[in-house]
Amino acid sequence: MMMQRSILAAALMLGMAAPAIAAEGGELPPKQSWSFSGPLGKFDRAQLQRGFKVYREVCQSCHSLSLVSFRNLAEPGGPGFTVPQATAVAAEYKVQDGPNDAGEMFERPGRLADRFPKPFPNDNAARAANGGALPPDLSLITKARTYERGGFWFLADLVTQYQEQGPDYIDALLQGYTEAPKDFTLPEGTHYNKYFPGHAIGMPAPLSDGQVTYDDGSPQTVAQYAKDVTAFLMWTAEPHMEARKRLGLQVMLFLLVFAVLLYFTKKKVWHAVKHDPELLEGQRPPTEYKGRT
Amino acid sequence: MSGHSTYQPQNAFMRWMEARLPIAGLVHSSFIAYPTPRNLNYWWTFGGILSFMLAAQIVTGIILVMHYTPHELMAFNSVEHIMRDVNYGWLLRYLHSNGASMFFIAVYIHMFRGMYYGSYKAPREVLWILGVIIYLLMMATGFLGYTLPWGQMSFWGATVITNFFSAIPWIGETVVTWLWGGYAVGNPTLQRFFSLHYLLPFVIAGVVVLHVWALHVVGQNNPAGIEPKGDKDTVPFTPYATIKDGFGMVCFMLFFAYFVFYLPNYLGHADNYIPANPAVTPAHIVPEWYYLPFYAILRAIPNKLLGVVALFASIGILVFLPWLDSSKVRSARYRPLFRQFFWIFVAVCLGLGYLGAKPAEGGYVVASQILTFYYFAHFLIILPLLSRFEKTKPLPNSIAESVLKDGVPIGASAPAPKKA
Repeated sequence: MMMQRSILAAALMLGMAAPAIAAEGGELPPKQSWSFSGPLGKFDRAQLQRGFKVYREVCQSCHSLSLVSFRNLAEPGGPGFTVPQATAVAAEYKVQDGPNDAGEMFERPGRLADRFPKPFPNDNAARAANGGALPPDLSLITKARTYERGGFWFLADLVTQYQEQGPDYIDALLQGYTEAPKDFTLPEGTHYNKYFPGHAIGMPAPLSDGQVTYDDGSPQTVAQYAKDVTAFLMWTAEPHMEARKRLGLQVMLFLLVFAVLLYFTKKKVWHAVKHDPELLEGQRPPTEYKGRT
Repeated sequence: MSGHSTYQPQNAFMRWMEARLPIAGLVHSSFIAYPTPRNLNYWWTFGGILSFMLAAQIVTGIILVMHYTPHELMAFNSVEHIMRDVNYGWLLRYLHSNGASMFFIAVYIHMFRGMYYGSYKAPREVLWILGVIIYLLMMATGFLGYTLPWGQMSFWGATVITNFFSAIPWIGETVVTWLWGGYAVGNPTLQRFFSLHYLLPFVIAGVVVLHVWALHVVGQNNPAGIEPKGDKDTVPFTPYATIKDGFGMVCFMLFFAYFVFYLPNYLGHADNYIPANPAVTPAHIVPEWYYLPFYAILRAIPNKLLGVVALFASIGILVFLPWLDSSKVRSARYRPLFRQFFWIFVAVCLGLGYLGAKPAEGGYVVASQILTFYYFAHFLIILPLLSRFEKTKPLPNSIAESVLKDGVPIGASAPAPKKA
């Protein structure tokens, strides 16, 4: 008891002292509500499909998705395309293959087993086409970006399971293009983004209202596009998230029941020791142990 | 191990075996009949939890190696291959990466428990020192393992840590080149780190055997900090300690599973999902959380060489703890002043951990310097003075007496009703 209370006291003491030194400036990405957050979170299939459409029509011209295969689109826990649909998507891409029997490289339509082809043959080509800036691969982008809230929020996150800093940041970044403040000198070829560290980002504002046509009646706004494509990129970063959370619930429930049973077994086993030292003598297995002096 | 084994083989084959290789007798005397103090609390279950974690890390690690490629151009993608394409690969990898953190959480609790109850005091000095060696090996293994995904933090963490050795006068640069296998962290570094990361856990397992051996020679310490005097003070390991450790272990697994399934990247860094790039330095290079207190000590000292010396001294000083604290009373229960300083020390370690994660600037540096001073003062000034001047409380005559008062366990509200 004493130990627990002291740990708590130490944690509280630190907690009160810290925010004063840890406060950080700058605007933080607003916290969004995501269908995939929390212990029971699941991807919204329609949202992933819309997000994929945004990726294909907007992001894909510069950003690769090199860790994702076309077959992933039809796998469980993802956007929920059927295998024929995913095959059709793959066939729309040109994939380099070879060398053939004549020793030459050739292009063929994509297959399910292929990864998404990269928009540029190499990083230098990508830089050359983008004013010197390298558009990052997006496969893991929602897990590779985060932001600091400072203070002791990280302790609260343990309980709330808030771990969508990455998606919140990407979503905010896509909508974060504003006029640069008067006293801010923007380097040539960069754009002002209030959420980007340092604010000067190579990518021009990628989204505009009405840019991508949605078939399901969802609003065709920048906010909706940003949210949908971010959800899609969360899936590309963590394709087995649904399986993980589902298995997690089963494991946690099993361990919980197991722990309760063990607790009562332990109580029963220790009953004699705790309550009647005389009784213990008779129950003890024979042992040579005679104590130490 | 008290005297010869009391194990009695049940059948002809076991009798035949026992006369040739008494391994069943060894297991029996070590894990069944072994007398454990009857007053051990749940802080004592962490030894078993640590054995479980070591086994879990080795098993998941061996399977991960079947799918991992230790090459600078392929390592990152092979980890992603495990996460995406290997059956339950995501589970193995998250178990292993979070398992490292769980291992350290358990070892820190285990170490602080040893400090609180004076488990390092005679005759357990060698037991304690073996523990410090295991801890050092764990730190090395954890660091080597963190480089393997070859993300940005892997690469730059490896660069920063190996650069410590460049602080050695005259031969520093040569040593670092030798460690790297080149003039920068690169493919040779990754491959040797992988080899050593696979080797060290087995070295740990070997030292754990020595640790358990030493434990079984001197016996367990206990919350009262006095030696068991007879049968009334102890209970056989099985079933009493087995079931209690088992319960503790399952509770710890619940905690472990919570991270693996619900917060798998909480204890890692987002930057490590960016492939290693020698041309781009991350804004903040931060080691894994379990090194943060030592990282804060390193950065508290402006001189590089002295900083590295302080870093190693802060761990090495643990070896001398049995002699720095010479108080005859072991348990903090009977040392009112020591108990308070113990909790201040815990708070200082947590504070150093917090500062280690912060940028080395302004108030953070000053705070790190104060806490670093206190960290060393705890060992070099406070403990020696306390052991000389502290007025300790009277010790109970026996463990049984400390637990039972007129046959009623402490904590029970009323005496058990006598049957008429």
